Amino acid sequence: MLDVRGLKKVYEGSGRRVEAVRDLTFTVDAGELVCLVGPSGCGKTTLLKCMGGLLAPTGGEVLLEGRKVTGPPPGMSFVFQEYGRSLFPWMRVGENVELPLRQKNLDKARRRELVRDALESVGLSDATSAYPWQLSGGMQQRVAIARALAYEPRVLLMDEPFAAVDAQTRADLEDLVRRLWRERGITILFVTHDIDEAVYLGERVVVLSASPTVVQEQLKVDLPDERDQLRTRVAPRFAELRTHVYEQIQAAKRGVSVTKSDTPPPH
Amino acid sequence: MRLLLLRTVFVFALPTVLVGVWWVASDDSTDVYWPPLRTILETFPDVWTGDRLKDDVLPSVLRLTGGYALAAVVGVALGTVIGSYRRVRAVCEPVLEFLRAVPPPVLVPVIMLFAGIGDTMKVTVIASGCVWPILLNTVEGVRAVDPVMAETARSYGVTGPARLRHVVLRSASPQIFAGLRQALSIGIILMVISEMFAASNGLGFTIVQFQRSFAIPDMWTGILVLGLLGFLLSVVFQLVERRVLGWYHGLRASTRRSS
Repeated sequence: MLDVRGLKKVYEGSGRRVEAVRDLTFTVDAGELVCLVGPSGCGKTTLLKCMGGLLAPTGGEVLLEGRKVTGPPPGMSFVFQEYGRSLFPWMRVGENVELPLRQKNLDKARRRELVRDALESVGLSDATSAYPWQLSGGMQQRVAIARALAYEPRVLLMDEPFAAVDAQTRADLEDLVRRLWRERGITILFVTHDIDEAVYLGERVVVLSASPTVVQEQLKVDLPDERDQLRTRVAPRFAELRTHVYEQIQAAKRGVSVTKSDTPPPH
Repeated sequence: MRLLLLRTVFVFALPTVLVGVWWVASDDSTDVYWPPLRTILETFPDVWTGDRLKDDVLPSVLRLTGGYALAAVVGVALGTVIGSYRRVRAVCEPVLEFLRAVPPPVLVPVIMLFAGIGDTMKVTVIASGCVWPILLNTVEGVRAVDPVMAETARSYGVTGPARLRHVVLRSASPQIFAGLRQALSIGIILMVISEMFAASNGLGFTIVQFQRSFAIPDMWTGILVLGLLGFLLSVVFQLVERRVLGWYHGLRASTRRSS
């Protein structure tokens, strides 16, 4: 579905050369929910922008359904961390969700249907005619998610979407993402710096090294499909997995390369 | 209701006081150049008849509207181009700074040379003065489009004309309006000045005519009309601005509340 092959990104400017991403290779299968975690400043956002066609990689390539990504592909939508700056404050919620659909040349009835359906999925049916700045942070991020859903993507890229909301809202939004993923069968790539969030949400966790970034480890999350904030987070298996990821990230920070394995740690 | 009353009081308090002071201070004036306000107000209805409004005020307003509209279109269009491309900006900026520094009234004699003394000249003068604040503010506004918004638009395929219309111009609109507001007062000044140079009608022309024929109270009524015209235009401007920038004022109020 989504292939990242030998991705490399070097920023060059004003006499400084920064190697943000060195050599990244991984795959996301159709219908998977994969979380990317890494130490802060490890080039997660750079990686996601390259995958979304917003940045041209220095080397390597990203393939979406076998086709090379050179610009933002129509089958992919983005949820940014800065919801306040990603929604257009001069448009009402409904218009914000609808704007990308106009570019897809859908007729009016179809657009309206998609907008209504998307806002309903995130529980904001009655906020259609509000302005984004009249809503709370969590609700604004729901609008951004609705906009992404209405776009009917096959892949949804989320760049630390809940880093700026409070803890309780965050838990709700995490469950929302799990629910939407299960209901709609979209492929989701979720970038976060929060280890618990990565283990709680993902079917698979890809641990990245410190910059210049490589894949430190890939880990299958063998928690049951049905997850909830109370029980999942206190399950012994959850604790084991998060400890393991935590160790990997600490190792990544020290720059120790741990042997890559695709098998989860033993029970 | 009480709030409305209070606001009305606030709006009219200072003007009432000022007119009162003027009235009292000028009441027993015998100076030909400073006639009592009473005389001026008595002269007012005789001077500003329906015919005069049609023959002098209307042409002035039409010239102002024409010049202002021209400046708005040219200023926003050029400003968008200059603001969008770094290279174009680098080439244009020194020239713009120079042209902006030239006081617009100086252009009147120059423009008269090639545009004659008709309406074209006046409209050109008004437009050439009004265009700078609009142009420069548009450049700044277009440059300041939030990078996250720009990236959002790109990732959702909002490009080309749709991007210009829904993202760039809307995002720059608070600054464009700041430019338009500055341009409005410049426009009124230039309207009067251009009519003082060479004209056969218009507000500026009429006021100068009165002054030259020593109809001093009439001249003062002309100045009052100019003031009222300026006030009226600014009220209209505010109404339009409140409509177009309603989102902006709401956004600012909400960020003030939360911080």
